[in-house]
Amino acid sequence: MEYEKIPAEKFRFVQENEKLHDTELQTKARSFFSDAMIRFGKNKSSVIATWILLFLILFAIISPILSPYSIWDKDKMYLNYAPYVPSIAKMNIGILDGSRVYTSQNDAQMNYWKGIAEETGMNPVIRSVGTHEVTTKYRGQDVIRYTYDLEINTYYAMGMLYRTLTYAEFDAIQKWQNETGIQVIYPYVEQKDISGITDNPNLWYEVDSKGAAITDADGNLIPVYSTRQEIAGREYNSIRIPGDPGNYIYSYGKSGAVQCRILYYNYYIYENGHEPSFVMGTNAMGQDIFCGIGVGARFSLLFAIFVSAINLTIGTFYGAAQGYYGGAVDMILDRISDVLSGVPFIVVTTLFQLHLAKKVGVVGSFLFAFILTGWIGMAALTRRQFYRFKGQEFVMAARTLGASDRRLMFKHIFPNAIGSIITSCALVIPGVIGSETSMTYLGIVDLSAFAGTTIGTLLSQGNAVVTTSPHAVLYPSIFLGLLMICFNLFGNGLRDAFNPSTRGVDD
Amino acid sequence: MIKYALQRIVYMFFVFMIITFMSFVLIRMLPLPALPPNDPHTAILEIRREALGYNKPYLEQFGIFLKGIITKWDWGTSEKLYIGRDVWQVFVEKLPASMIVNLYSIIWTIPVGIALGIWAALKKNTMVDYTISTLTMVVISVPSFVYAFLIQYILCFKLRLFPFVMKPGTDYFSWEMFKSIVPPILALSFGVIAGFTRTTRAELTEVLTSEFMLLARTKGLTKTQATVRHALRNCFVVVVPAIFGEFIGIIGGSLIIERIFSIPGVGGLTLNAITGLDYNIFMLSTCFYTAIGLAAGLVVDISYGFIDPRIRMGSKK
Repeated sequence: MEYEKIPAEKFRFVQENEKLHDTELQTKARSFFSDAMIRFGKNKSSVIATWILLFLILFAIISPILSPYSIWDKDKMYLNYAPYVPSIAKMNIGILDGSRVYTSQNDAQMNYWKGIAEETGMNPVIRSVGTHEVTTKYRGQDVIRYTYDLEINTYYAMGMLYRTLTYAEFDAIQKWQNETGIQVIYPYVEQKDISGITDNPNLWYEVDSKGAAITDADGNLIPVYSTRQEIAGREYNSIRIPGDPGNYIYSYGKSGAVQCRILYYNYYIYENGHEPSFVMGTNAMGQDIFCGIGVGARFSLLFAIFVSAINLTIGTFYGAAQGYYGGAVDMILDRISDVLSGVPFIVVTTLFQLHLAKKVGVVGSFLFAFILTGWIGMAALTRRQFYRFKGQEFVMAARTLGASDRRLMFKHIFPNAIGSIITSCALVIPGVIGSETSMTYLGIVDLSAFAGTTIGTLLSQGNAVVTTSPHAVLYPSIFLGLLMICFNLFGNGLRDAFNPSTRGVDD
Repeated sequence: MIKYALQRIVYMFFVFMIITFMSFVLIRMLPLPALPPNDPHTAILEIRREALGYNKPYLEQFGIFLKGIITKWDWGTSEKLYIGRDVWQVFVEKLPASMIVNLYSIIWTIPVGIALGIWAALKKNTMVDYTISTLTMVVISVPSFVYAFLIQYILCFKLRLFPFVMKPGTDYFSWEMFKSIVPPILALSFGVIAGFTRTTRAELTEVLTSEFMLLARTKGLTKTQATVRHALRNCFVVVVPAIFGEFIGIIGGSLIIERIFSIPGVGGLTLNAITGLDYNIFMLSTCFYTAIGLAAGLVVDISYGFIDPRIRMGSKK
């Protein structure tokens, strides 16, 4: 190919008969904020964290509404009971059935469960999860005995209770029984008929001195309901149990009142209008944990947002003064924050509780404790930002034009620093929640009278019974763990989105 | 450098005295607990209170308090929890339990944390890095008591590998004791590992991209040589002070972990003092925790200077 000799007529102008002009920008201008949002959207983990966070906040808002209980409902009997929802429990799929595994149940204990099942019609034994064979020597012979590991419905297993009722209550329950057909009051059993055992209202059959059932030849239990009409407290005209010839007594007279054997599960329905239903079980106070987590989280979130807002305000002004004026002002203010930041948080909280709790309330003094030292980090951040911007040309220009100090600080420098200040706030909130939970967990601050309960209180109550009722500590832990992880991921994502230059660098 | 260190120490001492004075006044302002009427110590304690100037101005009381400490190392007498006993003695008895748990935990966690951090930084933007960084993030976010519950439930209760709480007694180096403090050691470890991983990774990634690393490679060092001789040394300027800070922190113990695993340490003592309103123990705990916090900051600051020649030169001006 010959490139040197291309004839001139082969060349022509591209835009020969057209006007030359720049093309208009086709894309829309992006603000700093929307730019940051796009960057945030690209960060997958932060987006997922944000969705989970929103779900957790939604949970905190609606769980106390969904729960049939308020946080002030404290059941006296169902303490640390496992998660239970009657409708799901009846489906027998192994969840939410209020179950607890009882290991090595021997024949006597099997009879005890059978007794409850026969009398109330509610069988506490859900299923057997294991059988053990034990060989023992009995009168020189090897005897094989079986013991069982059983899943027991603890709500059914509670069975009967002795309750002293007034005549009015007794009559009201009878009336309710007639209307609904649900039996609360069961025939009375005299102690002398059950070997003098006083502490077990579930015995209605012949027992030996240890409380083990004495069965007849077919292995059936032998009822020992009292028929002594002379000790009956009050007339009973309501549902009688099957097999009652009509002379069983249903109450025991006590001066001006009656003592009855009541079935607590049905008594609960009488009192509350519905069966017990605790999605996440109950805690040591008999509160619904499902509701408790929501109430605690509401408090934690509101408190944390409130604390962060106040600390943000104080810290910004303090840091602005430090950073803008510099020199002696900076030094003196820095010494003050040095001293304050040196006081351990636990000491601050304790002293505020002891001094101020009576005057401004527990929450007020807790709030002051957070504010006393909480703003220092924010002030340091603002100070750094002010040092960064105050020497720049636009500040000098504004000063030359005669802008006052206040105008320079808040109209010119502060808007430049606001991105990093706001985003660090998103990381302060989980910090506050963490400290708040620790303090309520340790019992240094007791907010249960004010807020009903807090996550820290729930954890501390659950910790005491971790072996018997792991659910009481499991659910609050999961909630708190998720909340903290998501808040931190969300905050990190926000920070990276607003300060692209610091992506992946932790300051 | 020595001058700088001395300046810092003197400054920290003043901060410490101010905090101590403030706490002292605030604690003395609280109403005094009533003494049990029939206890043999009551009369002595009342005389002691008189001698400590409980009815005099606060400044004078603080003077008496300081004089007692300086001349006789007398931190006061317990008036509630360990009635009649010297507060300092009670406190010293509780120290080893706190220290041993923390010591074991940081001895193995710091190397692990640094190693993970180095690994993540060297494999930056690979699966390894993402996994380590995400786990670090998660572990740092979750409060330590959540791990403690998990460990207690799974390892101690379900699998029965370890006892539920710390073994009582003072045989801190026996096998039985070690076995009983494995759960709290584990519970404390997660946070420390994650912290060191994060610091090391952040610092090393920054150093690895600096220009002197390129120079080191161009003058003929292999990647390993360049990393070990130049990158790691620079990264340790930040990591080593953090290690010193952590070592100061070990005597403090952890309030929450000590409570969950019933460790008879200073954290538990402080909590009991707060709930039992034993002011003299609380005063000592306050001073103790303040001193630890300040000392950790001080050690970190000064060690920066000793490790990094650039900072050392800078401070001379």
